[in-house]
Amino acid sequence: MREKLVVIGNGMAPGRALERLLEAAPERYDITIFNAEPRVNYDRIMLSPLLSGEKTFEQIVIHGDGWYVKHGVTLYKGHKIRAIDRAAKTVTSAAGITAPYDKLIIATGSLPIVIPVPGSTLAGVLTYRDLDDVQAMLIAAKSRGSAVVIGGGLLGLEAAAGLKEQGMDVTIVHLMPTLMEKQLDATAGHLLQRAVEARGIKILTKANTEAIWGQSKVEGVLLADGTELPADIVVMAVGIRPNATLAKDAGLIVKRGIVVGPGMQTSDPSIFAVGECAEAQGECFGLVAPLYEMATVLAARLAGDANAQFTPSATATKLKVTGINLFSAGDFAEGKDREEIVLRDASRGIYKRLVIKDDKLAGAVFYGDTADSAWFFDLLKRGADISKMRETLIFGPSYAGGAALDPMAAVAALPDDAEICGCNGVCKGKIVTAISIQGLKSLDDVRAHTKASASCGSCTGLVEQLMKATLGDAYNPAAVQPMCPCTALGHDDVRRLIIAKELKTIPDLMQALEWRTSCGCAKCRPALNYYLVATWPGEYQDDSQSRYINERVHANIQKDGTYSVVPRMWGGMTSANELRAIADVVDKFKIPAVKVTGGQRVDLLGVKKEDLPAVWADLNKAGMVSGAAYAKGLRTVKTCVGTDWCRFGTQDSTGLGIKIERFMWGSWTPAKVKMAVSGCPRNCAEATCKDVGVICVDSGYDIHFAGAAGLDIKGTEVLGHVDTEPEAIEVIAALVQLYREQGRYLERIYKWAKRAGIDTIRKQIMDDLDRRRALYDRFVYSQKFSQTDPWAERVQGKEAHEFAPIADLTLREAAE
Amino acid sequence: MTKQNQVWVDVGALAGIPVRGARVVKTTSGCVAVFRTSENEVHALEDRCPHKGGPLSQGIVHGTSVTCPLHNWVISLTTGEAQGADKGAVKTIPVRIESGRLLIDPTVLKARDAA
Repeated sequence: MREKLVVIGNGMAPGRALERLLEAAPERYDITIFNAEPRVNYDRIMLSPLLSGEKTFEQIVIHGDGWYVKHGVTLYKGHKIRAIDRAAKTVTSAAGITAPYDKLIIATGSLPIVIPVPGSTLAGVLTYRDLDDVQAMLIAAKSRGSAVVIGGGLLGLEAAAGLKEQGMDVTIVHLMPTLMEKQLDATAGHLLQRAVEARGIKILTKANTEAIWGQSKVEGVLLADGTELPADIVVMAVGIRPNATLAKDAGLIVKRGIVVGPGMQTSDPSIFAVGECAEAQGECFGLVAPLYEMATVLAARLAGDANAQFTPSATATKLKVTGINLFSAGDFAEGKDREEIVLRDASRGIYKRLVIKDDKLAGAVFYGDTADSAWFFDLLKRGADISKMRETLIFGPSYAGGAALDPMAAVAALPDDAEICGCNGVCKGKIVTAISIQGLKSLDDVRAHTKASASCGSCTGLVEQLMKATLGDAYNPAAVQPMCPCTALGHDDVRRLIIAKELKTIPDLMQALEWRTSCGCAKCRPALNYYLVATWPGEYQDDSQSRYINERVHANIQKDGTYSVVPRMWGGMTSANELRAIADVVDKFKIPAVKVTGGQRVDLLGVKKEDLPAVWADLNKAGMVSGAAYAKGLRTVKTCVGTDWCRFGTQDSTGLGIKIERFMWGSWTPAKVKMAVSGCPRNCAEATCKDVGVICVDSGYDIHFAGAAGLDIKGTEVLGHVDTEPEAIEVIAALVQLYREQGRYLERIYKWAKRAGIDTIRKQIMDDLDRRRALYDRFVYSQKFSQTDPWAERVQGKEAHEFAPIADLTLREAAE
Repeated sequence: MTKQNQVWVDVGALAGIPVRGARVVKTTSGCVAVFRTSENEVHALEDRCPHKGGPLSQGIVHGTSVTCPLHNWVISLTTGEAQGADKGAVKTIPVRIESGRLLIDPTVLKARDAA
């Protein structure tokens, strides 16, 4: 007498389990399947190719009707099980059929999560789970209208690509900052976003769905920021949850899913669970590989192997969108005990990252080239020791275990007609000949004579190796100091490449310039942020997390973690009203110290971080704005009282100082900029040790620059003489703009001037009037985007998270 | 500290911390800095640099490290240890994410006080 095996559900996991069981013990069970879907077992993974039209339903069927007949399996299509009676050992379907079992498999799968926003039940709001969903989408797509896909994970992206393929206008709305954040690191996420956008799919990240609107059917989606997206259909692809209701009603132990032991047995020894509805070792699974492993274990158990055990192992993800190659596996988070190997080939759009732990591969992310992913995944799953092939590991199996190729030998082995510089079409022979015949000794010489590596610069390394191979020890490269250990490039190269390659975000830059770390360090990130701000005014979105704390919270951190606040006093002038407001703030917030600074300002020291916005609000009310005493930017313009009061004054030095400060405040510069205007050569404002200084004389204004009175003490250099105030302002703005464009991050003006040459700078500003005007115009343009008082913005609530703790447990603990 | 006597306290939503940023949890035994990395992992440390007590929560977060805002010590978010040539460590505080909420076990800080 055969045992009776009943299966609830006919998805991929029970399908695989039955296949294996019938191989191992074909005669042991009488098998009955109840399938809530009115059809045979099909490959759910292939729903995306079905949606995009690349496959038909017949092509994705796993077990056709014939399979069930051949194996004597009874399949009830469209029969949903209503209840399990564990005492009587029977199941009953909604259609009224009752079947007895000796062993029962629950494989009810999972249910798509529907975000319970208003309108989520409107007609036209779909999920992406089964054939019915795909058919509904295909019908909707015939209208060629717009679709909004909520969720930028694997399923959401596949749904979006399929709908786009069907001719719809598609927008993806994703809550997180990058796509597929569970499977991909931020870099790969950005690359993916660009590739998806290149297909004409719009993507909104950090977008929170507030509501879905429509009369009888869906008409659009409203986001939390007020954006309205018209839509003929909305697809929710935000995740799945195990469908364990039936098991729970039957009294089985259910947590997130139906709890199973290593043999897939539930809390009732006659009942097993498999697939997405099961929870093994506290984990639920949604990818096919572990589900198939569960199925194999279940089949072995049912066939009599009491030792078969399910142990979750690493899983791999591939995106099934034609033309986008993406693979991720294992655990790719960073950690102290982990090392990473990153390969970026910007021009070919390739990004590969391996995470190594204890000489074993712990995780891998590939974008662009996934040809070798199977080989890497095998290494990862086997836990193979990779220490012997580590040097060439990232290049894949073709190099595995082989000797690392000496880059010099590789260059030497190239034929003479091998192209070295793609931009300028320069081959190896031409460079070698130029070096030998013209006696070139430096990279700059080679660039000047052959144009090799003179454009985008990505072949610089190759050219240098060629020089070394040709000149031998005679080649001694002028050491370029790299920005930081994250890159081999120096500051100037990075600035040049930002413009040449039109790099406009930090992730893009790190990808294009082949950064060695995934998100930089505390040295390069603030520098890159400044370079992008200075290069792309109005376009670049400032990254506050890449700014030093002082610039992030617009106050200066002190040794005890409190802050100092310096309101702006234009040209060092103040009033009774301002002083009274300052005094009131000091009293109100119990500010412990008040000090007059060297730049003619008042410094309020010891302000608690939480108090900053309230302090600013009061100062704003009295008309004061941020003094930027924390900024790598214009700090102060110090003045003397000039012709207003002084018997020696030759010009209105106070007035000019105020005009300069009002014109230039808010601008970001490589390092801080302090200025001064003195009304006569007695120089009471000490203008001749400032970054930029003006000495007024009877005939006009002497403009000075490149002074220092800090770590180094240095008198200024004379830039030139001008006759009028407007000219003085134009010269100063042009000078500062030149510094903004050429200075290295944290390099003060006097250091930049020494490097660039005082004469060179003077010629560009004082002699070349077209250039001066162009620099001035660029400064004016960039100021359009920089003159918003950061204090007022934060009083209004911007970046509020900076100023309040996320939680205060002291009250709660006191209560206990 | 064994698992049984761990106390998990909900301190807010993961979304409340900017990516590559940190927020502070005030407790009677001092402040805890809760960090969120670019990979969306969370870590919690005592908010006091082992060097001069600087507030690590105010530093720049990169990889799984934070650079102290006072004197640029780099502290590992996973171990609490100073990196490179600097020596010293801060306590790490157990933290986990559950359904988008952040849970920490602040008793670790108290244990230090008692010791």
